[in-house]
Amino acid sequence: MISWLDIIVQGLLVGGFYALFATGLSLIFGVMRLVNLAHGDFIILAAFLALAIVQQTGLHPLLCLLVIIPVMGGLGYVLQRFILNRTLGRDILPPLLVTFGLSIIIQNGLLLAFSADSEELPMGSLTVASVQLLPGLNVGIYPLAVLVTAAAVIFGLQMFLYKTPLGAALRATSDDSTTIRLMGIDNRHIFGLATALSFAVAGLAGVLMGGYTNFSPAAGPANLLFGFEAIIIGGLGNLWGTLVGGMILGVAQAVGAEINPGYQVLAGHVAFFAILLTAPRGLFPRMAD
Amino acid sequence: MTPLLQTTGLTAFYGDFQALFGIDLVVQPGEVIGLIGANGAGKTTFLRTVTGLLPAAPGAITFNGQPIGGARAESLVKLGIAMVPEGRKLFPSLSVEENLALGATVKRAGPWTLQKIFELFPILQERRKSPATKLSGGQQQMVAIGRALMSNPALLLCDEISLGLAPIVIADVYRALPSIRAAGASVVVVEQDIAMVMRVADRLYCLREGRVALEGAAAAMNRHDIGNAYFGAVA
Repeated sequence: MISWLDIIVQGLLVGGFYALFATGLSLIFGVMRLVNLAHGDFIILAAFLALAIVQQTGLHPLLCLLVIIPVMGGLGYVLQRFILNRTLGRDILPPLLVTFGLSIIIQNGLLLAFSADSEELPMGSLTVASVQLLPGLNVGIYPLAVLVTAAAVIFGLQMFLYKTPLGAALRATSDDSTTIRLMGIDNRHIFGLATALSFAVAGLAGVLMGGYTNFSPAAGPANLLFGFEAIIIGGLGNLWGTLVGGMILGVAQAVGAEINPGYQVLAGHVAFFAILLTAPRGLFPRMAD
Repeated sequence: MTPLLQTTGLTAFYGDFQALFGIDLVVQPGEVIGLIGANGAGKTTFLRTVTGLLPAAPGAITFNGQPIGGARAESLVKLGIAMVPEGRKLFPSLSVEENLALGATVKRAGPWTLQKIFELFPILQERRKSPATKLSGGQQQMVAIGRALMSNPALLLCDEISLGLAPIVIADVYRALPSIRAAGASVVVVEQDIAMVMRVADRLYCLREGRVALEGAAAAMNRHDIGNAYFGAVA
């Protein structure tokens, strides 16, 4: 009995990672209907950046976040202003092609710089520490902290989007990116800010993930897929739904792995498929489109 | 006197399709201009070009004597041009108050504040927390007008503000015009309701197929001239 409870709890905790993967993806899709196929690769890029910093300076990976988050945010802004903004329009194909190209460039660039070996960020004693929830049920401090972080990020984003003037401008741009210009707001700048936020969260996600599992230059697309699934399970445009979606995905994978280690990823996809069949708009849909 | 807005030989294109063929139009400070014409005559295109949503040749538009053709829409708001777009174009994710506040992103000096907008349209104060698109059509139009006024524009462009509204509601919306004018803004009203526009405008321009077919003081125009200009009929 306790072993199944244990599996479910571990799965719920992994949901924190998936929610972090998904939040950035959800943000830029929400504001400019842009699907960033390179999102998973940017998460991996952040992990490798942290690895390089750790190897060069000996800093703790979590301290690297002080550099990684702003650097990734800046990268996102520049990428949006100078490349991705040019792809936006009526046709949805150009942004897909360009971000797909970016995905290939990042994967191969990382392969050149770091080789195909699996790497891990040395988090030290943090990753082995655990707390006892019930007799016989221990949870790792690290994944618990990641889940709490994911919830905090989503809460912070919600506050930003719904309680600040800039957040209102982002929501308005999401509604109508032409009319926003009549308010004296440069939509290109708002798009840049949305991508900056998305990349900042991706940076956080990359470093936290790098301390929990192995990563290699080719790992990006899997993260992208899990992120997508979390968004769609939760319902498009609902960040709390995304967190729940990530948790459902995590539990399905944990249960699958328990049945047979080879079923871990498959079980997640099956759960996703089942939810898509029964609730095509996700469990907690918010957006009309 | 330097005109507030002047267009000289203004042309506009949608891809290869030419929508405006050399529009010459003048708005003097404090004037209310009516812009009429059949569907597809180029009225909305004219407004979109003046606001910078469509590209224009640099010298084709001047505002306070300064060439603004080809400038980006967001920079023109700072100069004092605001638009009430066709179909209102409120932001559905935002409340009435948030929509109005967004209009004040560019704060020019002037009389209009959130409080003044609520005095002009008291119903909006009651409904200020509602999602903007949950309001009735007339109330939504009031939000759209209020949102445009929040930047304290020198020139307010109104695109078909009576479209889809009941006559009694249209009268409510137009009742705001004297206050807007008294606060110092010039207004360009694009309107299908010719009787209404003849009542409120100082001068009229009638467009047909992207050209000015008729212009003059509203008071001096008769139905016959307007009908000819509108439909291109030969008397």
